[in-house]
Amino acid sequence: MQLALFSIFSLLMLAFALGVILLRNPVSCAMCLVMSFVALAAVFVTLDAYFIAVVQVLVYAGAVMVLFLFIIMLLDLREEKRRRVRLSAWVGGGIVVGGFLSALTQVISALPSLDVVKPVVSHPMANDVALVGFALFRNFNLPFQIIGVLLLVATVGVVLLSKKELK
Amino acid sequence: MPTLAHYLIVSGLLFAIGLGGVLLRRNILIIFMGLELMLNAANLSLVAFSRFNLLADGMPNYNGQVLVFFIITVAAAEVAVGLAIIVALFRAKQTTHVEDLNTLKF
Repeated sequence: MQLALFSIFSLLMLAFALGVILLRNPVSCAMCLVMSFVALAAVFVTLDAYFIAVVQVLVYAGAVMVLFLFIIMLLDLREEKRRRVRLSAWVGGGIVVGGFLSALTQVISALPSLDVVKPVVSHPMANDVALVGFALFRNFNLPFQIIGVLLLVATVGVVLLSKKELK
Repeated sequence: MPTLAHYLIVSGLLFAIGLGGVLLRRNILIIFMGLELMLNAANLSLVAFSRFNLLADGMPNYNGQVLVFFIITVAAAEVAVGLAIIVALFRAKQTTHVEDLNTLKF
């Protein structure tokens, strides 16, 4: 049952991810990316990471993709005109991606210890959000504050970048 | 039951798709979406490692999930800044096609 759910959602995720890089209309690319993120959230649920799954849907599928769609519509991007594809670029990209995939299969097949079945959590109904919160505010409090400053810096930077004339 | 290898293979495939998008597409917004796919592949493998590496009391190792939380935050900030740069670029050049952006090309 778990394996079936995992397979369905990971196949959906990979199919929509392929849609992102294969479709020509930027709006359909963005919608495919939304669906891919939602399917990834479902895969997170099969890993019992409920909080991360909810954050994935809220932040990625919600906020980030709305920003993407706003920009696509603001710039009024149409379907890309078919340009002459550069064969060298495709061959180079294919070689890099293929090399990465072959290295990945070598690494995964060489490690027998990876073939472990998911261990059982001691408290299956454990409060996931509370536990992530404990880890976040006890062990990672300083990085958490720094992340807050980073978000502020990004906000100020975006406001500055969007000004018509930089003075 | 899916094993750790299943999750790592899916994560690697997702990363490869994102890398292919970054290398092969010529629209700068689609390249940006490929970057997001690669970040999500890293998130997936981190959550899988966190789930499969139980602590002594039988709870998942939440350090991995906290790292994913930080990655999502940084990615959101990165998207905001990157899209602002793309809008500024579009204002200056009226294009999002990377082959038309060759001012710095030697």
